[in-house]
Amino acid sequence: MSNGNLPVVVVIGNGMVGHRFCEKLRTAGLFHIVVFGEEPRPAYDRVHLSEYFNGRSAADLSLPMTGWFEEEEIVLHLGDPVREIDRQRQVVHSGKGISQHYDHLVLATGSSPFVPDINGIEKQGVFVYRTIDDLDRIKAYASTVRSGAVMGGGLLGLEAAKALLDLGIPNPHVIEFAPRLMPRQIDSAGSHTLEASLRQLGLQLHLNKVTQSIEGSHRVEALQFADESRLPVEMLVISAGIRPRDELARLAGLSVGTRGGILVNEKLQTSDKNIYAIGECALSQGMIYGLVAPGYEMADVVATNLLGANKSFTGWDMSTKLKLIGVDVASFGDPFAAEPDCGTIVFEDRHKGIYKRINVSRDGQYLVGGVLIGDAAAYNLLLQTVNNRLVLPADPAALILGNRESAGEGAGVMNLPDEALICSCESVTKAAICGAVAEKDATTIDAMKKCTRAGTGCGGCIPLVKDLIAGAMKAEGLYVRNIVCEHFEHSRQELFDLVKLHDVRTYNEVLVRWGKGDGCEVCKPVVASILASLWNEPIVKQATIQDSNDRYLANIQKGGSYSVVPRIPGGEITPDKLIVLGKVAKKYNLYTKITGGQRIDLFGAHVGDLPAIWEELIDAGFESGHAYGKALRTVKSCVGSTWCRFGLHDSVSFAIEIEERYRGIRAPHKLKGGVSGCIRECAEAQSKDFGIIATEKGWNLYVCGNGGSRPQHAQLLAVDIDKAACIQYLDRFLMFYIRTADPLTRTATWLDKMDGGISYLKNVVINDSLGMGQQWEEEMQGLVDSYKCEWKEVVDDPELRKRFTHFVNAPRKKDPQLQFDAMRGQTKAKEW
Amino acid sequence: METTTAIKWLAACRVEDVPGDGGACVLLDGEQIAIYYFSRRDEWYATENRCPHKQQMALSRGMTGSAGEKGEPKVACPFHKKTFSLRTGECLSGDDYRVRTYPVKVKNGKVYVGI
Repeated sequence: MSNGNLPVVVVIGNGMVGHRFCEKLRTAGLFHIVVFGEEPRPAYDRVHLSEYFNGRSAADLSLPMTGWFEEEEIVLHLGDPVREIDRQRQVVHSGKGISQHYDHLVLATGSSPFVPDINGIEKQGVFVYRTIDDLDRIKAYASTVRSGAVMGGGLLGLEAAKALLDLGIPNPHVIEFAPRLMPRQIDSAGSHTLEASLRQLGLQLHLNKVTQSIEGSHRVEALQFADESRLPVEMLVISAGIRPRDELARLAGLSVGTRGGILVNEKLQTSDKNIYAIGECALSQGMIYGLVAPGYEMADVVATNLLGANKSFTGWDMSTKLKLIGVDVASFGDPFAAEPDCGTIVFEDRHKGIYKRINVSRDGQYLVGGVLIGDAAAYNLLLQTVNNRLVLPADPAALILGNRESAGEGAGVMNLPDEALICSCESVTKAAICGAVAEKDATTIDAMKKCTRAGTGCGGCIPLVKDLIAGAMKAEGLYVRNIVCEHFEHSRQELFDLVKLHDVRTYNEVLVRWGKGDGCEVCKPVVASILASLWNEPIVKQATIQDSNDRYLANIQKGGSYSVVPRIPGGEITPDKLIVLGKVAKKYNLYTKITGGQRIDLFGAHVGDLPAIWEELIDAGFESGHAYGKALRTVKSCVGSTWCRFGLHDSVSFAIEIEERYRGIRAPHKLKGGVSGCIRECAEAQSKDFGIIATEKGWNLYVCGNGGSRPQHAQLLAVDIDKAACIQYLDRFLMFYIRTADPLTRTATWLDKMDGGISYLKNVVINDSLGMGQQWEEEMQGLVDSYKCEWKEVVDDPELRKRFTHFVNAPRKKDPQLQFDAMRGQTKAKEW
Repeated sequence: METTTAIKWLAACRVEDVPGDGGACVLLDGEQIAIYYFSRRDEWYATENRCPHKQQMALSRGMTGSAGEKGEPKVACPFHKKTFSLRTGECLSGDDYRVRTYPVKVKNGKVYVGI
């Protein structure tokens, strides 16, 4: 062997941790590495073992690529366990008779399943769940039986139950002697939520059950419990915990713990300084670590020290997040801390199967730990908040009530300290991620994975890594490219300018010129909106690039029916038109409701009826209300000076004028307006994208207000202006928004992101600081002049009308799945 | 009509009934089947019309497109934008759902779906 003079490192055990150790050490080329493995195959991914039952093969689970050991010049003896360690002579003897000298010996012997001493445990049909061979045996046996149980309701036990489900055992049983599932990770309320979800998925759970004996002549036939109850089952999988494999160490006279495990110091050295123990066989400061992440860290510590650097293992955070049979389960910090040491905040939604608990220090300053069931999206940030002792926001409940973004406001990712561990599978810190952005130009998730391995394990940290990449890029002064999607390396604003500059009119041409692939549900509507904002051609010409609502010019509702909303400008409508709406609704059996925007919504239309409905409406003088589009919806008005004794000006007429001016104009998001006749503000104009309020001297113009999930008041743009100025400013404001906002960004959010905020916007709109005023006014006038009612275009064109059908091979047939229930004298869509 | 041992080919519609780079629904043997045409690639796909998320008969009305470097063909349900591979039926937006897929062939201007 060419590397005969190098010091020899012998690794006993080729599991995940043993393999990781080889990976860490090999790159240096300073050692000759020899590995002994008991199993017949090289290291495989035990964490994802249950996937073996739903299609992943042993080869898929394998960690090293074929040929890896040869390439790395690592000698691998498989199916050949070491039987004896001769510490005096520093030699190991294998089962097949190989004697191998070592300078350093690493024990990575792992653990074996704990098998309790129960009567009948030796019977046929009793299995453990640990290796691929175990899985093969379970698989073979499961095909001969109809019922099965798992002993142990911990993490692995539930995985095993999932495996039985996958093998076609209907409703497998889980037997746990504790009063709750996953007793080491979650509290009893969390267990209740998890139990409900798992029962729905077909598991039968038996808690507080002590198994006394396994009955049956040769094969398992039933389990007998201490409470004298009995459960007939044909097979049993034991998953009642692990025992460290320390027998070889004991034989060699190394120190072991009273309850098993090879004693190690901070360098993972055993009582013999040339021998190390890592992973589940090692007993470090009284703890056996049964997870892969701390095992990997131990492998790294030993490899680092052998290579001459200095690193210690001083314990590991056992926080964990996983998906159990499709249910998110996470536990972090101290999940059980309770009064009086700290305050507990609990959120529970039994309907959705969600339970969240956080434990907050008594002074309300710090997060101590918690449990998440059913929705673990907040896990990463909560874990970081615990580990880095970040100060909590004033109302910590927001951490589990809000979404990830709002949790982020309390503890922004860039505020994390450099040493914050972001990816715990691969031990990657915030500093490493930000460093990779700055020095190695790793600005995408894929590049970051290659560069730091962050996110390559469980993948749970990826949202956080993305936020950090964006944050670090900003900090580096790099331009954060706010691209539309994977098909376009451009922002919406860049695409808008390109399409305008090159006078491009179709999606396909945009894709060919500046995109790649076949587009998707993100970029198609973005480009459709840009084309509509620029050229105002009928959107039905390119129907399949429109979002479903724009494709059918109606809002898709439950059951696949559509709603019909004709425009009623300013909310003013004649009695005759009201009668038409009533007649049409009755004829087509539509549910009617007054909307928040002062118009009438007709629900429950079959797609095939839409052209006929609109034909009748258009005949009566209605036109499309664009309720389906990212476009102007309504301009709401109060009744104003024509009737109201307080009204200063005629708000209804002005609202109608403005609604008719901007009707049909496509924008990055929907637009709503309002006009009030006095400061009492009955039209609620200050909650709209633009709002106009009458004053003694003219009108005040407000912009960028928003109702919705995060209400925001509109801000005052101009005071006491006349109608002409009002329209001029609105033209400029709207075109500025249409050109520059990101997709699906309302005006309020657009302004929030604008550097300089409202004063900058005032400068652009009123003082024309960009010199674009005249151009924008002309562009807007072009849109106003080219307006056509989209529904009229369809109604008048037999070819377009044909598209409005559910079955193209049976155009007159309606969707039989679309069903209605009666409600208060009308119909409604059946619940889904 | 051609037949093979395993697949029964049924005439579904005419080529022009399915809009380019979009989908249309047909009723075949009592089943609602969505047919998609990728005009740039000249490729046809078919799936069940039902989105497994909320059991809505709507996939044919969804936007089609591709995912990833290999251009996996996909459709997005118009209800909640769950996306599905048109090749495998697998959900691409992170759920465990799957839709049934069917082979498609075109002959003499007619679209046939294999059931």
